[in-house]
Parts: sequence; C-alpha cells; structure tokens
Amino acid sequence: MFKHFIRLEWKSFTRSASFGTNLALKIIMGLGALYFMACFAILGTAVFFILEDEGLEPLAAINKFMIYYILFDLVIRYFLQKMPVTNIKPLLILPINRSTIVHYTLGKTTISFFNILHAFFFVPFTVVLLYKGYGYQAILWHLAMMALIYTNNFLNILVNSKNTVFYIALALLAALGASQYYNVFDITTYSKVFFQNMYDTNYWFLIAVLLVVGTYYSAYNYFKNRLNLDDGLAKKSEVAQTENFTWLDQFGTLGTFLKNDIRLLKRNKRSRTTLIMSFIFIFYGLLFFTQSIEAYDNPWMKVFAGIFVSGGFLFTFGQFVPSWDSAYYQLMMSQNIQYREYISSKWWLMVIGTVISTLIASFYLYFGLHTYLIIVAGAIFNIGVNSHLVMLGGAFVKTPIDLTTSKQAFGDKQAFNMKTMLISLPKMLVPMGLYTVGYYLISPNAGLILVAAAGVLGFAFRNYVFDKIEKIYKSEKYATIAAYKQKN
Amino acid sequence: MIQVTNLSKTYTNGVRVLNIEHLEIPKGQSFGLVGNNGAGKTTFFSLLLDLIQPSSGHILNNTIQVNTSEAWKPFTAAFIDESFLIGYLTAEEYFYFIGDLRGQNKADVDALLAKHEEFFNGEILNSKKYLRDLSKGNMKKVGIIAALIGDPEVVILDEPFANLDPTTVNRLKKIIKELADDSNRTVLVSSHDLVHTVEVCNRIVALHLGEVVKDIQTSPETLKELEAFFAV
Repeated sequence: MFKHFIRLEWKSFTRSASFGTNLALKIIMGLGALYFMACFAILGTAVFFILEDEGLEPLAAINKFMIYYILFDLVIRYFLQKMPVTNIKPLLILPINRSTIVHYTLGKTTISFFNILHAFFFVPFTVVLLYKGYGYQAILWHLAMMALIYTNNFLNILVNSKNTVFYIALALLAALGASQYYNVFDITTYSKVFFQNMYDTNYWFLIAVLLVVGTYYSAYNYFKNRLNLDDGLAKKSEVAQTENFTWLDQFGTLGTFLKNDIRLLKRNKRSRTTLIMSFIFIFYGLLFFTQSIEAYDNPWMKVFAGIFVSGGFLFTFGQFVPSWDSAYYQLMMSQNIQYREYISSKWWLMVIGTVISTLIASFYLYFGLHTYLIIVAGAIFNIGVNSHLVMLGGAFVKTPIDLTTSKQAFGDKQAFNMKTMLISLPKMLVPMGLYTVGYYLISPNAGLILVAAAGVLGFAFRNYVFDKIEKIYKSEKYATIAAYKQKN
Repeated sequence: MIQVTNLSKTYTNGVRVLNIEHLEIPKGQSFGLVGNNGAGKTTFFSLLLDLIQPSSGHILNNTIQVNTSEAWKPFTAAFIDESFLIGYLTAEEYFYFIGDLRGQNKADVDALLAKHEEFFNGEILNSKKYLRDLSKGNMKKVGIIAALIGDPEVVILDEPFANLDPTTVNRLKKIIKELADDSNRTVLVSSHDLVHTVEVCNRIVALHLGEVVKDIQTSPETLKELEAFFAV
C-alpha cells in the first residue's frame, strides 16, 4: 500500500505546475536548503569547541538554552511547515484502511526538511561528545533531543489549525526571553536540569520518547476521528460581516477599488501574512540604528534600513499587483474597469501603508532626530519612486496567488522574475548612493535632502509610469488571464 | 447585435477548437448554444468577452470589434464560472461592487435584489458567508444575478442551469424569458440540456468540434430535431 502512496507522491512532485517552469528557482531553493544544512552541520561540529574556549561546559551550556531552541523551532514550524492534509480526499472512498492513510500522512511529515535539518546539528555535536569521551549517555541525550524535535513536529500538526495556541507559544517565548534578559525570571535554571538529566541519567530520555509517542498518537487520533469531509477535511469558513465603508464612496471608482482592497487585506490569510511581515519590517531598522552590528554602522546601510522600515508594506504588497486579483481576473477584464483608477487605488493603498509604517516608526526618535529623518526621507523616496517601480515590476509577475493559504508568502517562487529583479535594484541603490554622496560631499542633512528630493521628483513621473503600467496590463492581458487560470 | 466573421481559435499544439465562418445574432434575440463537451461553447463566449485571443477573424458586438476596443464593456455582462466571483466578499458587497462599476447606486442594486429574492431562496443575502464558502449552486445564483445589474443590453450566461436544483432551474427559466422579452436585450445562453435551452431560446445553434452544425429557429419540432441529432 505504501508503495502506491510513494508513487503518487513522486508524481505529484514531478508533475506540479511549478516544477518544470521554475527550475532555476528550484535550484536556488535547493542551494538555500544546502546552505542551512551546512550552517547547522558546521555549528554542530564547532559549537563544542567554541563553548569550551569560552570556559563553559559545552553540553551544560547547550542544555541551558535548549528550551529556547525548542520553542523557536515550534514557532518557525508554525509559519513554514506545510500541513500534510492535501490529497487525502481521493483516497477516502478507495478500499484503504483509514488508519493506513493517517499513518502514512503522519509518517510523511517525519522526513520533512524541518526535522532533517536538526539532525545536521545534533549528529555532529553528538559525535564530538562521543569523541570527547562523554560516553554512551551522549547517545541517550541525542535520542532525547531528536525525540523532542519530533514532538514539535507532531505538536505542530495538532495545533496548526489553532491560531491561539501559536500566539501563546510566541508570547511565552517573548516573555521568557525578556524576563531572562532583565533578570526577572530565568526559566533556564529549571529547564536546564530537565535537559541535563537526559544525559546524566539512563532513563530520563524515556520521557522524551514517551512525549513523541504520546503526541504521535494524539495526532493520529485527532486525524483519524476527523477524517470526514465535514470535519477535519472541511474547509473552514469564517462568519462573514458585510462592511460597506460608505465613507469611501466620496472617492468614486477609486473608492470602490479601495474598499475591495481593504477587504482583501483583512479577510485573506495570505494578505494578512503580508501585513504581519510589513509590521516586522518596521523593527528591522533596530539592527542598523542600535550600532549593534559593525558592518551596518555606516551611512548607506542606514538609508537601506530607512527604506525598509517605511516600505515593508509597499514591497510585500506592491510586488504582487495585480496578482492579488488573480482569482477573479477574468471578471475584472470583462467589466467596465478604468485601468487608471485600478492602478491608482493600489498606489494609494501603498501610500497609506507607508505613511502608517512611518508613524509607527516614530519610536526611532529615541535614536535621535536624524535617525528618524532618515526613515522619513526613505518614506518620501518610497512613495515618490519605489511605489512606481514596485508596481512596474509587479506587472510582469504572472503567477496566481492563492489567497486562502499563508504558506506561500515565504520562500516564494512567485516574486522571482528577471525583469522584476532588474527593476528592484534601483529601489535600494539610488537612495543609498544619493545619501552617501550628500553625506560625504556636503553634510548628513544634505544627504537626506537629496533622497527626499529624488522622491518628490519621482511624483513628476507618476502619470508617465501609470501609462506605462497600463500599457503592460493591456498588452499582456491574454497571457496574464491564461497564467492566472493555472492552479498551483 | 453580434456579428461573427471567420472566427477561429487554434491552440499552439495545432488543435482547432473553434471555427465559425459567419454567425449573426440580431438584437433582442435569445440565443441558445448547445453542444457536447469540447464543442467550443465556452471558447466562443471567452472570445466574445475578449478573454482569449482569436487566431483569425473577429467579433463585432454592437459594431464594436471586441478585441480592439473596450467600448463593448459598459453594455455587456456575463457569468462564465466561479472565477467571476470575488471569493472574500459577501454577496451584498459583491453586488454593490459590480453595481459601482456599472454606474448603479445602492438603491438600484437593492431594487434588483428585491426583485430576485425568490430566486435566492433565502440562502444568499444576509447569509454571513463569504462567496468562497457558498455551495456551487448558490455561487451560480450570485453570478447570474450580478450579470443582470445595470440592465445590460447583452447578457451572456455559460451553463446557467448546471448545478441548480429543479425549482431554481424553473425560476431561472422564468428570469431568462423575462429578460428575452425586452426587445433591446440580447441573451446568449449555453447548455448541455436541450430541453431547457429549447424552452428559453428562440434560436438554437448546435456546435460540434468547433463548427456550427445546426442553426434553427425554435418551433415545436426543434426538440425532436435536436434529440435526433445528439442521439447515440
């Protein structure tokens, strides 16, 4: 039976719509995976000696922070790991035991990249432990750690549908980290005992093994009992509330589109992920302005940060205009739609997003007025120049967006496109160059004025760029419709 | 109203899915398109809406060539399939959106919705559901009524009877007949179901492998003629 399943799996992999067309990207993603594996393997090998040099007992130090490793892994999984529920439906009515189906789908998750990756850390680390004479208990410890990783794997399956559980885990992680940092409460004094016992005793590792078995069977029961079309496999539907946003009516057709775009952002998983991402981007600047990383401590990298802090939404949303409307693009193309209004509605949305980001970012005033002015200048440049470039790039992206799933938002193949790449270069390089020139030739403030002036100048080209985008939409119409019809 | 000249659609693999030398649909006609799967019905409608590019020939909609000008859009409305619906909107929001695009205010749309309340059977309006969560049949109801917003002169419905329950099919027939009674309105309907089509259309064209094989004005004998044609 499993042989059939595996054959199906292989076919679904090789015949997926994106497989052939985006080989270059597959290779890049593969290289990325290899990179992470290499990092983990190097870390696994070297961390023992690094900690030893620091005068710490390596295993104890690792155990101390293992709780964060495990929690962080859970959060990452929640965001990135795909759930194995797809493709079950056609199997239900075939003469296959339900338990076989569930065992298979759960089993499939065990070979996920998110589990294998950890082996690249733990295996070399354990080998070093053995080599350093830690004895057979090192293997027990290793078993326990891998069991905990797999516990996370099954736990993630159990809680994936429940957002609240995820937010609790995230809040817990943040609270623990903060209270440890400020010496309020140190969870690691308790948790390190737990992890250390995995090594110190011969039987504690059984706890981890019991945990993995327990979560496996909970996940198994959870799925098996819900293997019905109206339950576990049912599409989840939210209670819908009609929102008319009548105050937007005064803007005419522009308002009509804006209304829809606001609903688009609010009601779809994928677009909500975009909002969260752009919120995180606001804090990206902390890496640059706190002078904590030396390589970032120079004028041009600060402008880089300024562009990203204010432009997170602009980039994450704008690069997929008009793909956001891919699901109903045929409707849009058969309606009496003014492209100009459509484009400017998206543009206004990006402007609003940029302004809000800039306002939230006002806490950067803490690092001095000049720092915040870099962000403001970045925002002006974003609105004046980058908003146009982003949409120009988006016009060439012809991959449909599935609004109902959040998983594609990361490591996405959709944004990858040669033309988009070329258009995106000036978004960063021009303001970085302008500021640097002003900074060194005249004064830091002159640099800011140059960046902002370039942004204002960008407005002058607004109509020209909109015309250009309109032409692209028109000339690519049939190709775009055909591309959007293909489901991933 | 609609003139088709030397229209053909050939895909890059060399398969010709549609080839219509000449077809004229006068204003006010209710026009039925029947045929088996793959006969070219949806292809024809997609060409009519300029969603795909013709390999040769052209279509004039009220003297406007559809693949060169967009001026046909204000007086033409269509429902082809679920990709004409915006999944994350409620039915009301969707209707008002289409209304806005067609220059209808909220009151106009409300009046139309009130008229078709029976057709919705109480499952659409105020249902607290987004369109993506509606059943196929209910989605179809939304799409069909949305195509009537703004009193379009040309209404195109692809397979409107599919997925609907018997009562709704009868109600829909009534709606289509009422539409067709207006001598200014041209209605184009495609279907697999010969009985329904014969009942609502005063002209029926049968397509087979992309070619027009029958073109008849509806009469009491029409159904028999069509059934004989499609008999196995």
